[in-house]
Amino acid sequence: MSYRQARYDVRLIQEMRGRSDFTLPPVEKSEVPEELRRTSLDMPNLEENEVVRHYTNLSQMNFGVDNGFYPLGSCTMKYNPKYADVLSSLPAVADVHPCEDEEGVQGSLRLMYELERALAAISGMDAVSLQPAAGAHGELTGMLIVKAYHDSMEEDRTEVIVPDTAHGTNPASAAMAGFDVIEIPSDEEGRVDLKALEAAVSPRTAALMLTNPNTLGIFEQDILKIAGTVHGAGGLLYYDGANLNAVMGRTNPGIMDFDIMHFNLHKTFATPHGGGGPGAGPVGVKAFLEPFLPSPRIVLEDGLYRLVDGPKSIGKVRSFHGSFAVLVRAYAYILRCGSDGLRAASDGAVLNSNYLRKQLVPTYDMPFGELRKHEFVVSAKKLKDERGITAMDISKRLLDHGTMAPTVYFPSLVEEALMIEPTETETKETLDRFADIMLRIAEEDPAVLKASPHNTSVRRVDEVRAAKDLVLSHLQLKRRLARDLGGMKVKDDGKSCSFCATLIGTDKR
Amino acid sequence: MLKSLGIDSVDELFSDIPASVRTDGIEIPPGMSEMEVMRYVTDMLSANVTAYDHPCFMGGGVYRRFIPSAVKTIVSRSEFVTSYTPYQAEISQGMLQTLFEYQSYVAELTGMEVVNSSNYDAATALGEAAAMCHRVNGRGKFLIPQLINCDKRSVLRNYVRGAGMEIVEYAYDPGTGEADLDDMKRKADSDVGGVYVEVPNFLGVLDRQAAEVKAVIGDALLVVGVDPISLGLLKAPGDYGADIVIGEGQSLGSPMNFGGPMLGLFGCRQELVRKMPGRVVGLTKDAEGRRAFCLTLQTREQHVRRSKATSNICTNEALMAVAAAAYLAIVGHDGLRDVARSNMANARKLRDALASIKRVECPVLDAPFFNELPARLPIKPEKLSKVLLRNGIIGGIPLAKHVPEMGDCMLFAATEMTTDRDIERLVAAMEVME
Repeated sequence: MSYRQARYDVRLIQEMRGRSDFTLPPVEKSEVPEELRRTSLDMPNLEENEVVRHYTNLSQMNFGVDNGFYPLGSCTMKYNPKYADVLSSLPAVADVHPCEDEEGVQGSLRLMYELERALAAISGMDAVSLQPAAGAHGELTGMLIVKAYHDSMEEDRTEVIVPDTAHGTNPASAAMAGFDVIEIPSDEEGRVDLKALEAAVSPRTAALMLTNPNTLGIFEQDILKIAGTVHGAGGLLYYDGANLNAVMGRTNPGIMDFDIMHFNLHKTFATPHGGGGPGAGPVGVKAFLEPFLPSPRIVLEDGLYRLVDGPKSIGKVRSFHGSFAVLVRAYAYILRCGSDGLRAASDGAVLNSNYLRKQLVPTYDMPFGELRKHEFVVSAKKLKDERGITAMDISKRLLDHGTMAPTVYFPSLVEEALMIEPTETETKETLDRFADIMLRIAEEDPAVLKASPHNTSVRRVDEVRAAKDLVLSHLQLKRRLARDLGGMKVKDDGKSCSFCATLIGTDKR
Repeated sequence: MLKSLGIDSVDELFSDIPASVRTDGIEIPPGMSEMEVMRYVTDMLSANVTAYDHPCFMGGGVYRRFIPSAVKTIVSRSEFVTSYTPYQAEISQGMLQTLFEYQSYVAELTGMEVVNSSNYDAATALGEAAAMCHRVNGRGKFLIPQLINCDKRSVLRNYVRGAGMEIVEYAYDPGTGEADLDDMKRKADSDVGGVYVEVPNFLGVLDRQAAEVKAVIGDALLVVGVDPISLGLLKAPGDYGADIVIGEGQSLGSPMNFGGPMLGLFGCRQELVRKMPGRVVGLTKDAEGRRAFCLTLQTREQHVRRSKATSNICTNEALMAVAAAAYLAIVGHDGLRDVARSNMANARKLRDALASIKRVECPVLDAPFFNELPARLPIKPEKLSKVLLRNGIIGGIPLAKHVPEMGDCMLFAATEMTTDRDIERLVAAMEVME
């Protein structure tokens, strides 16, 4: 069961030297206006073989769902099915220009039209726009729709309410759309405090942003009362779809009386996260908000899919039609699962979450009640108080066992929080193994934990130094080294940028 | 597992959902086998006319480019594809170093000292740049060219709505398509926080006055929009005073994908780094003194600063940034220059061919250009699009929507992929225009 990640002493690509074997058919030189002519470009020419090895080695120093368990809370890192990758790289996806005449892109438009319908059915919303590029981008879009709606009612509403358990993107997106953010505390059950909500709503309330289940994995049972309170004050209810994987087929944002929502296709609908992106964050709305959705909208007229701009639309939130290659993957996943499969996915996610929770408690504290949905938050506070073991130590030690760490220190109302989301695509054996590791870590010598990880390609990384002594590019690295050398120049020998290689780490061999 | 939880059915795990909000299933069809899914989606998409097997003269920010096969090999590594944002640095050095290399490449190309690890696309990067100008100097106006992709303008307006910024346009010289610097100067008053310039601009023009802009706009920030391929031949905007550089990075190793995902390039001068949106990777050391990388300056970001963050961006376009790094590594210094040259050369062949067609006016603008140029047509450009499509050709972009005064023009693009045969076919189809 031991894990050891690959460790190569890989130079920066900018430090390598070689000869490019890339060629194009020869062309005549074209004249660039003198005012704009480039005189230098410090970019190495390299053999393709060297480049492929470089990045293959680097990939082995990375960790994805295909490598192992990825219980990163609120990120829904489920297995990414491979048929979706194959479909999204077809020439009919990859080699299509977004500005083509509608007649030439009927396939793309049909796929988007059908995906919009499917997402509407899953969510209980009436209309969907696929344009937003990611979850946070969907939130911004939703907030712009909130603003446009209240403007159309000639109401000046300036405040958006978010619970203290909300994802950080919620307040950030509301602020970006120009709203003042009012944060309300959770009650002792870890749910929205209804009294605090009632005190917070006013004629200034534009919307409440909420995810349900919330980031503690707890279902907001009073959702209709919450909706009543917000709607009663004239505000709208926004659903953060990051946790939709908990409830498909069991309930939906529409029936919970939400007005606007976003989907995270890279979470719920199994599209890969690409080490940070791309994602896709479609926005769904109830019928009365449809006119405000981003343009263009896709309509079906006389058997032809067309793109139309509406007069009340908020306009565009990004270029073109959305992350199409991601949309293809998500639609393939939805087709494959179907109605029963999606419900089974949520059932499995909730079962796995509750099973794993049961294995970890009471070694780890779990504040707020028992039942959880797709994720749960445990606290290492007791371990910290008794033995000095922090959530950070646990997360780093987990890496030694070839498992990704949970989300740590979020939500902030739980001290030493570890937010664990196993997803439905993991077997009981994987969950048992993870639980076993977690329990053993709790018993381990704190000194070993503090020194972890040991088995990853590098040891614990000094993040404080990175922020204090900024080096954000090869150029800055060269400058830093020149400074440290008191202005001494090192000759580039044409084989490697020895300037850098000799000074930081890699020449230790 | 049910037994260990002391329950008989999964239903019990949903007992906390009140009956009033329960649903019974989802109204979509039942699932399909993988084989059926492949067939269904492939059949549906076969209705697309693709640039894979048709000549394509469409650009406007998205280009059909040659992607070396090895780029695909690299970005398909599932350790990259299926990973999350590299929060846990120790186990994510591969992605972190690759993003650092991406930042380094884009910094070198643009002449910016710091580059983030991606925005969604050029349009949202422009929106973020305008909002960043506001954060830096607190001023309420942002100047943009009148000649701009109208979708970009729309996105920009949405991004500055929250800050309450006003977007003001400066005019262009109708003869050349270059910026009207007098108008820019007049409008660059003390309320203007930033001025946006594109090189090449929306109509492909290489504005020879780019280096003069900085002197015209006082102490407003200069934001320059670039096509990274063109930077194989063109001066880095940092060399002519840019404070922020944005651009569309799709050209660097990613396919067109019907317009998404794209890759928003974003860089700025060192002094502005704490106002910059987006993730950024920094170099540091590990506990053994070995070189290591990690996400840094996270105190600007939403997961730490919440409503006070520099942006709400979380998920970005990291895998496209991997493609960009791999692309630039493979083509290298010489290759990027050759790709840029090939674009210019093919676009000149295209210009000459269009000029040879009776009743077509080309060039319309008397200025140097990169790989795109407008041509004035005797029939409605929207109609020509359909005519060309029926002849198996993907034409240019009709300009009416973007530049109303050039509603009789179409914007044609050539890339390194454009062949002489493609151009011959275009000319043959256009010669019979009625």
